[in-house]
Amino acid sequence: MLSIKNLHASIEGTPILRGINLEIKAGEVHAIMGPNGSGKSTLASVLAGREEYEVTEGAVLFQGKDLLEMAPEERAREGVFLAFQYPVEIPGVSSTNFLRTAVNQVREHRGLEALDAVKFLSLMKEKMKLVEIDQKLLSRALNEGFSGGEKKRNEIFQMAMLEPKLSILDETDSGLDIDALKVVSNGVNQLKSAENATIVVTHYQRLLDYIVPDYVHVLYKGQIVKSGTKDLALELEEKGYDWIKEEVESKAIV
Amino acid sequence: MSKDNQILEEFTSKEYEHGWSVNYEADEAPVGLNEDIIRWISVKKEEPQWLLEWRLKAFKTWQSMTEPEWANVQYPKIDLQALKYYSAPKQKSKPKSLDELDPELLAIYERLGISLNEQKRLQGIAVDAVLDSVSVATTFKETLSKLGIVFCSFSEAVKEHPELVKKYLGSVVPITDNYYAALNSAVFSDGSFCYIPKGVRCPMELSTYFRINAANTGQFERTLIVAEDESYVSYLEGCTAPQRDENQLHAAVVEIYAGAHAEVKYSTVQNWFPGDKNGKGGIYNFVTKRGICAGDHSKISWTQVETGSAVTWKYPSCILKGDHSIGEFYSVAVTNNYQQADTGTKMIHIGKNTKSRIVSKGISAGKSQNSYRGQVQVMKRATNARNFSQCDSLLMGDRCGAHTFPYIDIHNPTAKVEHEATTSKIGEDQIFYCNQRGIATEDAVALIVNGYAKEVLNQLPMEFAVEAQKLLALTLEGSVG
Ligand SMILES: Nc1ncnc2c1ncn2[C@@H]1O[C@H](COP(=O)(O)OP(=O)(O)OP(=O)(O)O)[C@@H](O)[C@H]1O
Ligand SMILES: [Mg+2]
Repeated sequence: MLSIKNLHASIEGTPILRGINLEIKAGEVHAIMGPNGSGKSTLASVLAGREEYEVTEGAVLFQGKDLLEMAPEERAREGVFLAFQYPVEIPGVSSTNFLRTAVNQVREHRGLEALDAVKFLSLMKEKMKLVEIDQKLLSRALNEGFSGGEKKRNEIFQMAMLEPKLSILDETDSGLDIDALKVVSNGVNQLKSAENATIVVTHYQRLLDYIVPDYVHVLYKGQIVKSGTKDLALELEEKGYDWIKEEVESKAIV
Repeated sequence: MSKDNQILEEFTSKEYEHGWSVNYEADEAPVGLNEDIIRWISVKKEEPQWLLEWRLKAFKTWQSMTEPEWANVQYPKIDLQALKYYSAPKQKSKPKSLDELDPELLAIYERLGISLNEQKRLQGIAVDAVLDSVSVATTFKETLSKLGIVFCSFSEAVKEHPELVKKYLGSVVPITDNYYAALNSAVFSDGSFCYIPKGVRCPMELSTYFRINAANTGQFERTLIVAEDESYVSYLEGCTAPQRDENQLHAAVVEIYAGAHAEVKYSTVQNWFPGDKNGKGGIYNFVTKRGICAGDHSKISWTQVETGSAVTWKYPSCILKGDHSIGEFYSVAVTNNYQQADTGTKMIHIGKNTKSRIVSKGISAGKSQNSYRGQVQVMKRATNARNFSQCDSLLMGDRCGAHTFPYIDIHNPTAKVEHEATTSKIGEDQIFYCNQRGIATEDAVALIVNGYAKEVLNQLPMEFAVEAQKLLALTLEGSVG
């Protein structure tokens, strides 16, 4: 589904991603971990098409198409969804209105007819149950004055509404209380199918108890320096990143 | 150049939708401005002597005045002697009913999306259609007259209700008020008149649709709304003009009188031709609008959505004379390309326990300049006056300007006046967030801007609010994305 080859990206001339290789197949869950500043959010942003990042080398294929050629909204319509680490507030625009615009533009792209108000509201009701989000929150302006946890929950609600092929969750777990973490993970799991794939970026092994990954990758200084199974996450939880950093440095010396 | 500005640059300007004009045979005044022209207009309109004298007095006053220069706008001086002061479509005979109206004129309004056919119109809105210098049709007159409501063109009011016109004309905006108001008083040609008798709640929205068609003609209309004690009316005004290379002058006067416990809501969606992408052409919109809350517990509320005109100079104001009276001003002013707007309000608190509320949302894009100018004045007698002002500016790109000029003038220590102001930029983050959900940049901007202006748009009657939302998006299409 997603094939990243030797991806290099920089911002304002500073290289951040330095040769990422990653293959993701439909139905898989990949976890990406790594110390602060290693480039996890950058990778997510580059995949979503944020233009400040300049791709200097490499290629990304999404469902056989050149992802890097597409405008951000095209990527979204093709099925790439990013749950932001820091969701943006849009004053005066209700979540309902925002999502209706989004859902209908995505549907149009997929050759489906636009949902009328009634159909849209019933779809909302159905998806609201999935992440147990309060109707009241959705009638307020988008993310405006939402608590950190509410914003994160709203991201997953939007994901449920848009039914993406590839979801990238950037630290969706941070800021969620224990109950919310379970609810949100449960929502993500229910949305999982053999046709879609998920990338979860996290610092905490705990999330991976709920959303069980098929692979765990460690990103360090803009490269994937280690890949493994769920056990790697446990090992990191126990030992931290120092041993990996040492491994990388010693290799560099040799 | 930052990414924000790149987004702004990428879109080319959307053309003005109502820029077409039609050719019809017109009855026009000769070019120029002098006493003879004023007499010519007055004769043409078969006016009584008192009105001619009033015009001539205004003309004398105007001759002694100079064009104001304090507004934050720049434009080449208008040669007032090069304009025509009257232009009316020639109609074979004066139509007695809408059915007799020249189909050519009906078609103009149909094309603007304004149906003058009562059967076809949504119930609930009566329209007075003003084309260049004259009113061509007024709908629902009969329905309204059963309630004693008078809704007709100004010229007709002069003929049918001279006592009312004489009593109120110039009572809120005197001829000496300012340069453009004096000019308007001298040469005004038509406009709408509306009278709501005591205790009557007007059952439908009243609206006037102004259209400038003729070239080199100034449009000077005059609107007078009188709401007697305990009455209510909601009034809407819309306007468009053809796209022409030269600038055109529009200098209107609106006067509102509200008696005790009366309420008047006045809404404007102004969409005069703004000039092209390079700042060529467009309407100079120099308008004086003022209402007086004459009676106790009266209320006047102005809502305006200003999207058009090359230069706008306009301060809808309230004189809060009655005790417990309320004045409100809700405004969205959008400027793009080379447009300049200097707009705001004046709230003059004279009565006790008077309240005013100002919500102004400026949006500037392109190389435009957008200024809010507001005055809150509390007179000695106005015990417990309250004012709240919120002035927000939204910038798109870094070549436009937003300015706020609040003037506060208080002569009573019990007054409470609050002023809040914010300036924000449309964020690249917000646009990207929308993009990431599949929303195209242009639609993202429309969403963000409408969200920003929501408090004002909510004040508009439903049908107008939808129209205004589209208009905002359209005006900015081309500036941001
Ligand atoms: N405009 C910029 N100029 C220079 N460096 C930048 C710029 N923006 C981001 N960076 C750097 O890029 C690096 C990668 O940032 P990124 O947000 O991808 O890290 P992360 O792995 O998501 O970290 P965290 O775990 O803290 O979320 C950081 O060192 C950051 O400081
Ligand atoms: Mg991050």
